Amino acid sequence: MFEIFGIPSTALFGQLLIGLINGSFYALLSLGLAVIFGMLNIINFSHGAQYMMGAFTAYLILKYSGLGYWPALIIAPIIVGFTGIIVERLFLQRLYKLDHLYGLLLTFGLALIFEGVARNYFGSAGLPYTVPESLRGGQNLGFMFLPNYRAWVIAASLVICIGTWFVIERTRLGAYLRAATENPTLVRAFGINVPRMITLTYGFGVSLAAFAGVMAAPIYNVSPQMGSELIIVVFAVVVIGGMGSILGAIVTGFGLGVVEGLTKVFFPEASNTVVFVIMAIVLLVRPAGLFGRRA
Amino acid sequence: MRKALGLAAFAAVLACGAANAQQVNVKIGVLSDMSSLYADIGGPGSVAAAKMAIADFTKDNPNVKVEMIAGDHQNKPDIGSQIANQWYDVDKVDMIIDVPNSGVALAVSQVANQKNKVFIVSGAAASDLTGPKCNANTIHWTYDTWMLANGTGTAIVKTGGDTWFFLTSDYAFGHALERDTIAAVEKAGGKVLGKVRHPLNTNDFSSFLLQAQSSKAKVIGLANAGGDTINSIKQAAEFGIVKGGQSLAGLLVFASDVAALGLPTAQGLILTETWYWDMNDTNRAWTKRWQQERQGKWPTMIHAGVYAGVLHYLKAAVALKGNVSDGKTVVAQMKSMPTDDPLFGKGTIRADGRKIHPAYLLEVKKPEESKHPGDFYRVRATIPTEEAFRPLKEGNCPLVSG
Amino acid sequence: MEHVADPLVKKPSVLRSQSETIGFVIMTAALVVAPFVTYPLFLMQAMCFALFACAFNLLIGYVGLLSFGHALYFGWASYLSAYSAKAWGFPPELAILTGTATAALCGLVAGSLAIRRQGIYFAMITLALAQMMYFFALQAKFTGGEDGIQAVPRGVLFGLINLKNEMSMYAVVLVIFLGGFMFIYRIIHSPFGEVLKAIRENEARAISLGYKTDRYKLVAFVLSATLAGVAGATKAIVLQLASLTDVNWPMSGEVVLMTLVGGLGTIFGPVVGAFAILVMQFKLAPIGEWVLVIQGAIFVSCVLLFRRGVIGEIANKLHIRL
Repeated sequence: MFEIFGIPSTALFGQLLIGLINGSFYALLSLGLAVIFGMLNIINFSHGAQYMMGAFTAYLILKYSGLGYWPALIIAPIIVGFTGIIVERLFLQRLYKLDHLYGLLLTFGLALIFEGVARNYFGSAGLPYTVPESLRGGQNLGFMFLPNYRAWVIAASLVICIGTWFVIERTRLGAYLRAATENPTLVRAFGINVPRMITLTYGFGVSLAAFAGVMAAPIYNVSPQMGSELIIVVFAVVVIGGMGSILGAIVTGFGLGVVEGLTKVFFPEASNTVVFVIMAIVLLVRPAGLFGRRA
Repeated sequence: MRKALGLAAFAAVLACGAANAQQVNVKIGVLSDMSSLYADIGGPGSVAAAKMAIADFTKDNPNVKVEMIAGDHQNKPDIGSQIANQWYDVDKVDMIIDVPNSGVALAVSQVANQKNKVFIVSGAAASDLTGPKCNANTIHWTYDTWMLANGTGTAIVKTGGDTWFFLTSDYAFGHALERDTIAAVEKAGGKVLGKVRHPLNTNDFSSFLLQAQSSKAKVIGLANAGGDTINSIKQAAEFGIVKGGQSLAGLLVFASDVAALGLPTAQGLILTETWYWDMNDTNRAWTKRWQQERQGKWPTMIHAGVYAGVLHYLKAAVALKGNVSDGKTVVAQMKSMPTDDPLFGKGTIRADGRKIHPAYLLEVKKPEESKHPGDFYRVRATIPTEEAFRPLKEGNCPLVSG
Repeated sequence: MEHVADPLVKKPSVLRSQSETIGFVIMTAALVVAPFVTYPLFLMQAMCFALFACAFNLLIGYVGLLSFGHALYFGWASYLSAYSAKAWGFPPELAILTGTATAALCGLVAGSLAIRRQGIYFAMITLALAQMMYFFALQAKFTGGEDGIQAVPRGVLFGLINLKNEMSMYAVVLVIFLGGFMFIYRIIHSPFGEVLKAIRENEARAISLGYKTDRYKLVAFVLSATLAGVAGATKAIVLQLASLTDVNWPMSGEVVLMTLVGGLGTIFGPVVGAFAILVMQFKLAPIGEWVLVIQGAIFVSCVLLFRRGVIGEIANKLHIRL
């Protein structure tokens, strides 16, 4: 055990690791937001609520069918992603011709509905969801005790994030998606079903949020307001990273999680606000965001 | 002549009968946390307890009519004070009871004082309610932070836990509990190595627990309640804190928390309460009745306090012949009458509004020791009434002279 | 091009001031009579929120900027007003001024940061800044954190009017509300206001005409923040409480809802919207959590079907300006 700037190494590395875990959730959620914004030019305010729905779906799946964590990890995102598709078809499609702010307001309203319904049926205290058997316990790393489950969270998020980035930036499907963002009419002229791509993209973004929700359930408890507490920080992350940038979302997400962890060690009172302060600075220096394209 | 006497006698009987059947009408409001982290320790269970008290009292006193309404303060002082204002002003409520959440209780206490109505606190803990913030319209039943600190805190220091680290809920209750416990710990010869504050209704305690771990304190004092305590204890287990040699001091733990945690996780916890359902036959019988409204749940001392508080209020209302519009008079009446109810036995309410009764130092049983559902505690000691609560002169309550 | 006014709205006819004047008279008359019929405390609260919504509407309805973090100014004005009245013993008029000045300062700083971007980015930045100030309020000692600042004294206005008297307090709030309302009206119907509307319609064209649009937007932003501050500071004195609810993002969302329901870009819309939403919350309080769902549903239906809001629809049907 040694000291860095007067802080014991245990505390420092421990908080860094926790920061990395938080960063995993930031990255996953801002990735979903970036994908949706890139494709639809809509700020999906209900992203936090859909993250919460993922957690609740996992909870309900366990309660009513006995299926545990691993099946839920696949099933819940599919179910919630499906509701996302319905939302897109029913509501969002009508707003594409209007000012983008309407999309923000609509998804904000949807977020209120989802959270309100959840609160009604489940109360606003957290519901328990146990860590899956196979991931219980932890490793004593010497400088801290790392629960296995939290290590899994970091690993899984990295895999999903890198995988998504790869698909969008390096595959033909991703190329179609990026092209459709820039010039939907032209892409349509090539015979590609752009509206369907948009719908599926929204569904995918939503299922990313739900996936994060299932992963969060065992550590953060399942509560109706879990999404709204997180979503605004995620918005700040997206603004810092650059609104449409996939890579920006991933790097900034993990990065800011670590920064937050460090702040908790050296300057705990500021740990809640550090992300927003960084956002203010980035906006002054580089208004398009760290990885953004246009100013 | 005989006719006149007969008529006079008849009139006299009528007059006596009318005096006995003095109609007493009161309206009571149960204000609690109905949906959030304190919903199990207070919430709908308090409403059930109040209903039982009303039913029991009106059975023996048919001339008393009690109307009851309930509300959810959602742990927000502005919502709590809004509801209190409206209840006292518009809905003609005479007495508000319960309010778990010290911040809300402090706000409602102000409103009761302004509108000159009655406020009986059962759920909230901050000892300031009978200290610097006391007033002539508020009565504090059940428990407070001083009692918890001197019960649990002192006991743990005496068993060797002399270095402490505090994990505190960042509002009035947490601050009061932390302050009172630090005083008790230091008085008993212990030392405080550090403290950290967390927001109310936090889900993730990992970074706070990490700080507690690195402080190397022997005892981690949990100055929080309800859902926060449950999460702290669960996550402490996840991070191997107890395995690492530190022990957890649940400064405020209720039977409902132990039920949620389960005995394997909660065993060994030391706590102080003023009422336990399984301590005697009267409590057990009462609990059975209560559980008819709240299946699958266990009553806490807060619920018992609501029951006893409503009973005592109604007794005072009858003594005042139904003139309950002046809150200060009613509270003065409640202070002048000794209390006597099936759950807390005989007791008194002091000049500062503090209801005093014995406290019990309890330990959570190991799973093997538990013989039936709800068999949570072993009674380690009884703290007599004179020692259980802060001495009257030390409170700095403006109502107490000298 | 960034503006939220629905392009389908028919431009109203020339009878401009008449309908608005009639509306103003009706509104004032109603508010004078109301405290004798309804709970005055509720009405005072409603007026504070109505002023808040009107201030918000100045930005969205007439400049086309959606500020999604307006609770910042409302809440911090509330805190400073409460604190100065309680801890520094300020009389109510100074307390309200202190709160308002705080809001103006916050508006200046936040505005200069946010104006750099437009449309959705602007909205997101205002939201994030508001959230930052929420956490600051949570931590700062003087705000009382979760407990808020309680037992704020009503005080004696100008050394003459004892505000503990409900009716006196009501009269003061009514004057503040009507004053703020008329001030906004003057801003809208002034040359400055015309430039704002031009910026809303087509900022590029306004720039090409030589207007320094950033400066105009900033001034409008600060005005909007200041008026929101007046509302918040007054509310703290009326309810004698300042709490985290006032700076939190649901409060920002609520003022958007009030304005949307009432009618963006109409002068009476926010007032009607504020009263409507508060009445709904009041009546539905017994069924607690459904309020959130219903508010969300109203949001969704307004965005999809009733973009003009209540007053906007009425104004459109009658071809008048409201």
